[in-house]
Amino acid sequence: MGTYSGGLWSWITTVDHKRIGILYFVSSLFFFLVGGIEAMLIRLQLATPENTLLTAQAYNQLFTMHGITMLLFVVMPMSAAFFNFVVPLQIGARDVAFPRLNAFSYWLFIFGALFLNASFFFGGAPDVGWFAYANLTSSQYSPGHGVDFYILGLALAGAGSIVAALNFIVTIINLRAPGMTFMRLPLFTWMTFVVSFLIILAFPPFTISTVFLLFDRMFGTLFFEPSGGGDPRLWQHLFWIFGHPEVYILILPAFGIVSDVIPTFSKKPLFGYPVVVYSGVLIAFLGFGVWAHHMFSVGLGRIANSAFSGLTMLIAIPTGVKIFNWIATMWGGALRFKSAMLFSIGLVAMFVIGGVSGVMHSSAPADLQQTDTYFVVAHFHYVLFGGSILGLFAGVYYWFPKVTGRFLNEPLGAVHFWLMFIGMNLTFFPMHYAGLHGQPRRTFTSPAGLGFEWFNVVSTIGAVITFVAVFVFLVNFIRSLRTAPTAEANPWEASTLEWSIASPPPVHNFDRTPEVRSRDPLWHDGIVLPAAEEVFHMPNPSYWPLVTAAGLLVLMTGALVGLPLVLIGGAVAVVGIYGWSFEPIH
Amino acid sequence: MTDGRPRLPGRRRQLAFAALALAALFVACGGDFPQSSLRPQSDVAREIDSLFRGIFWWAMGVLVVVEGALLFTVFRYRERPGAARPKAVHGNTVLEIGWTIAPAVILIFIGVPTMLTLWRIDGPPPSSDVRVEVVGHQWWWEFRYPDLGITTANELHLPVGKTADVRLRSGDVLHSFWFPRVSGKRDLVPGRENSLWFTPDSVGVYPGQCAEFCGTSHALMGMRLFVDSPEDFEAWAARQASPQEAEGDPAPAEDPMVTAGREIFFGAGGCISCHAIRGTVAAGVIGPDLTHVGSRSTIAAGLLENTPENLAKWIMDPQEVKPGNLMLDMGLNDEQAGQVAAYLLSLE
Repeated sequence: MGTYSGGLWSWITTVDHKRIGILYFVSSLFFFLVGGIEAMLIRLQLATPENTLLTAQAYNQLFTMHGITMLLFVVMPMSAAFFNFVVPLQIGARDVAFPRLNAFSYWLFIFGALFLNASFFFGGAPDVGWFAYANLTSSQYSPGHGVDFYILGLALAGAGSIVAALNFIVTIINLRAPGMTFMRLPLFTWMTFVVSFLIILAFPPFTISTVFLLFDRMFGTLFFEPSGGGDPRLWQHLFWIFGHPEVYILILPAFGIVSDVIPTFSKKPLFGYPVVVYSGVLIAFLGFGVWAHHMFSVGLGRIANSAFSGLTMLIAIPTGVKIFNWIATMWGGALRFKSAMLFSIGLVAMFVIGGVSGVMHSSAPADLQQTDTYFVVAHFHYVLFGGSILGLFAGVYYWFPKVTGRFLNEPLGAVHFWLMFIGMNLTFFPMHYAGLHGQPRRTFTSPAGLGFEWFNVVSTIGAVITFVAVFVFLVNFIRSLRTAPTAEANPWEASTLEWSIASPPPVHNFDRTPEVRSRDPLWHDGIVLPAAEEVFHMPNPSYWPLVTAAGLLVLMTGALVGLPLVLIGGAVAVVGIYGWSFEPIH
Repeated sequence: MTDGRPRLPGRRRQLAFAALALAALFVACGGDFPQSSLRPQSDVAREIDSLFRGIFWWAMGVLVVVEGALLFTVFRYRERPGAARPKAVHGNTVLEIGWTIAPAVILIFIGVPTMLTLWRIDGPPPSSDVRVEVVGHQWWWEFRYPDLGITTANELHLPVGKTADVRLRSGDVLHSFWFPRVSGKRDLVPGRENSLWFTPDSVGVYPGQCAEFCGTSHALMGMRLFVDSPEDFEAWAARQASPQEAEGDPAPAEDPMVTAGREIFFGAGGCISCHAIRGTVAAGVIGPDLTHVGSRSTIAAGLLENTPENLAKWIMDPQEVKPGNLMLDMGLNDEQAGQVAAYLLSLE
């Protein structure tokens, strides 16, 4: 069909949302392995008390980079891979609203991620935690370049996220096919829409706080320096105003995926569609008002703590509503346990565990014992691994035939699921006990005799099993890519628009823009195709987004190396923007 | 689509295996947990613990109901060959309202006790029997008793049944003060003073450690709480408040090791530039006060038992024991380190 033909240059200059989605996916898979290896090293170090496999310095770099990598270079870009590939197809569009800007987002993300990981080879990665609390990050207490890599790398990747989010907001508002009203949008598109708003509202406070930090470190300002009247708590507030919505940026795409997968494999429409949509919006809205529940031990006082406690508890309501609606969707259905469905059910089962432990530390007094312990580590891995990762794998199995025209092997998929399910529970469940019995987080070693030994042994065994599960997936992935393309347009008998076109889709997606007449168009004869052949224009490939992003990468590198490189990078970026502006579009 | 049938026996086996593994875990982990938040030994810790147990059972109830409903649905409604396409149900307003209200009601039962507990424990102390000032350092704890004239490190002594009024500050970066058996955490924030109170109710020794990431050796920032009987506390406080005799004035029958160690401590070793020994010229403020270091059970912030060998090891190579800490390797040889250790241990 020509969708993926062409050499390396055609991928470098692509502005096709499908190809950019694939680039995001492959990149995030690479970083999934990187973050997974970091996790394995962490678990091996913690397998026995007073272990000396890793030094304190190495361990601190690894736990910092594991967090950053998994959150910002795996879950977000893998979600973005689906945003890119699926959303235009689900709304009946030929591409996103700004195709070149879309390529620019990808290049910023990959340059930021590679730049930050390069720190391992240039004096050491950041070792201050992904939360990078001031004033440990000051030039006095972190004299190396690790923190600078953190600031500059996340500035690049964060800018990419903001640009992409704007692109998707404009796309979803403007490029919907006729009849595709908001209350007919597939849930995955809805959650993409919500998450895009979260990104453009949550990332700027983080960007601003990293700029403050950059100024503190490079130009001697005193935003977070207590001896100069600054306040380290300012960083914590700004960070969590970003950091808590970020949690919903990570989980809502997975919620969107399972909200599409469960109806398909239950052969029933989503139960309570408007309620599932509104609860997603409500979760996102409340997510901006609960940041200080990460700060109950900071000493903000009982009035602040009780307000943030109460608001946090409220989030349990819309989250519970979503779960009840998924179960009600399956109730009375005809469930087909394909791999995508196994992972979706796994998400529901595991997210509930993460949800109830979340309610336990929404209670500020209880959290004073739980915060910064392995209980919290257990909680958020049930949410992020049991939720986001399982949900994203559901998406991989679900949309793989649409993307490639091929199927992932189903028996191997089931092996992958069960190994991962058992592995993650063995890894994370004992952490609840370790935490409540007093094991703090972010410690490169723990003394013998505190009773944590068995919990940690079991966690490490679970991590090994999880790693094997990922290996099974990779084998399946590579093998399946070599099978014959046999997938028809709608192999799962799904209801949404992306399944109305060939697998893989042609470059222009839709031969004729469909007119949509119902929420589940493929189930209810809800598509009307116009009789007349349309004339449509596809955007030309362009290397200017890459040039501009590369200029910014050089500029960031210059901030570490010296002013000349800053100027060169800035000049390249300006040339990139100029070329971009005057390039013919079609 | 026919291979969509669930592999039931396999799934049951795996579930049973998982359940067995978890059960084995409970048994294997029934040991002693000296740092556990679930074994409270103070008024505040007991309040938090009973609040947590209440929330825990509500959460378990929700967990069982939701997971039960999920499992039932998954087993009951698997696709059966030849069955008609399921009825397309789009929703049910009564159900939606029901499962919105139900969690809200449960949250009231969690939220009200939360607020009541918070109000009691997160306010000013009911009384101020023993005042303690805690200063966090990378990576050790300074404890001062302003009313008793005591400054010590890493080992906190409190009398049983008296309310401790703890003020928390930091000498460098964020730390968090945490003895799980007697209290929740409270951060030590540079440039601010935080406070915390609790009334320990059982004599004993309880481990604690820093709970906010504070740099390279955050994991090695431990401490110990000694809850003493009133008499023991009185005796301890009286001894700690007394200064040491001035240097160059050895007792008649002093161990020559101690004499030699004292000479190095105040001379070539350079120890006094960072450490203080009250009653002597040693008045350094960078490292821990060593006035009664011989009476402590551990050194290096709870990391090592306070023995001559460990002390000598610590003096010889502090970076090996605790990476990144500020203590310098003063280039002492084995013999000199042993002598300094002997002198320090004599400071009871």
